[in-house]
Amino acid sequence: MAPPVVTVFGTANFANAARVMACLEEVGVEYEVVEVDYMAKEHKGAEHLARNPLGQIPAFQDGDIKLFESRAIAKYVLRKYSKAAHVDLLREGNPEEAAMVDVWTEVEAHTYFPAIAPIFYECVVYPATHGIPTNQKVVDESLEKLKKVLDVYEAHLSRSKYLYLAGDFFSFADLNHFPFTFHVMTTPHASLFDSYPHVKAWWERVMARPSLKKISPDMVIRA
Amino acid sequence: MAPVKVFGPLLSPNVTRVILSLEEVGVEYEIVNVDFNTGEHKSPQHLQRNPFGQLPAFQDGELMLFESRAISRHVLRKYKTSEVNLLREGNTSEAALVDVWLDVEAHQYDPAIAPIIYQLIVVPMSGGTPDQKLIDESLEKMKKVLDVYEAQLSKHKYLAGDFVSLADLSHLPYTVHFMATPFASVLDSYPSVKAWVHDLLSRPAVQRVISQFPKY
Repeated sequence: MAPPVVTVFGTANFANAARVMACLEEVGVEYEVVEVDYMAKEHKGAEHLARNPLGQIPAFQDGDIKLFESRAIAKYVLRKYSKAAHVDLLREGNPEEAAMVDVWTEVEAHTYFPAIAPIFYECVVYPATHGIPTNQKVVDESLEKLKKVLDVYEAHLSRSKYLYLAGDFFSFADLNHFPFTFHVMTTPHASLFDSYPHVKAWWERVMARPSLKKISPDMVIRA
Repeated sequence: MAPVKVFGPLLSPNVTRVILSLEEVGVEYEIVNVDFNTGEHKSPQHLQRNPFGQLPAFQDGELMLFESRAISRHVLRKYKTSEVNLLREGNTSEAALVDVWLDVEAHQYDPAIAPIIYQLIVVPMSGGTPDQKLIDESLEKMKKVLDVYEAQLSKHKYLAGDFVSLADLSHLPYTVHFMATPFASVLDSYPSVKAWVHDLLSRPAVQRVISQFPKY
């Protein structure tokens, strides 16, 4: 096996670390994963704060370059290593396509993620790792929010007839939806997506990516 | 070439973000008002432009966009000049740092500062009373965030390094309003942040935009 080129601080069970790993898999770059012990508050210790001043997971290093914020790290990986790997998930050579990738990347960050993340934390993370029971009120509110968001996604995909969010090409925008959606799909709330046939079909296309199939087993959260 | 169109009022912070980018690259634009108070942002016409019914939306020829940071990236990418390169996409490490601090702005700075602006400025406009508890909680959050910014800006002139970028400018929409509130003095404890804010506010493009703001 080739020696690692880059380091990810944070294991794949952290959804934002998985976001970065998905990109590394897409570009076929060897990476080292360094565990950051969340339960021991290692992410708030001096060593990790030097890598991520917000004390969050993940952080990342590529030689002299040290980064944090998973979407920024992911973009850096794609910009630096895509050409050699013959993938083009950012489309920066085509302004109109790049703009659509940026639009749906922002939608994920500001609209999709806030609606879906609480379902993951309440149904998976808190019970498994903190022994805290699911707050059903939070889950119900999030499900209502998520339905309104999925209404828009369903309309977008069915009207445009695109295979993916930004066009007929898999992009960074689709990949950004993977980590948190994957986790929610392991809960009974996966059935929510059955009411959105175009969204469900899109998700199945996304999950067919070899890169995502490869990291999925490492993402599963165990008690 | 037809001017690009920005849909939404100048004073709406996410609209301001786009206008700042347009002024920096010197592209001709037209602002088309969308009346938030009458719910025009939820009208079928506006939903065609922004399916989430938010402000702004944007049109450049055939291209219709929404999400202010995506619009700003498009403007700064398509219309960049040899003098105005605020994304640094030709340099992977510089571009990465721009992206890092843009995400910090979106995920840390904005959530802390926006409720303060909303309570102090927007709520009274419809006759409401500011929620002091929420303001106080937001100020505490903001101070923790400012600790991180002070550390970064004491080492570098701008957030991504020694060059100004979209990461810096993206902070201005809410910050301009914040500087007009009594809490502007919070920045006195963060001298590098204060200097950075004043430097950004003195940019000609920024002055052109904020000179159109009301004097509170």
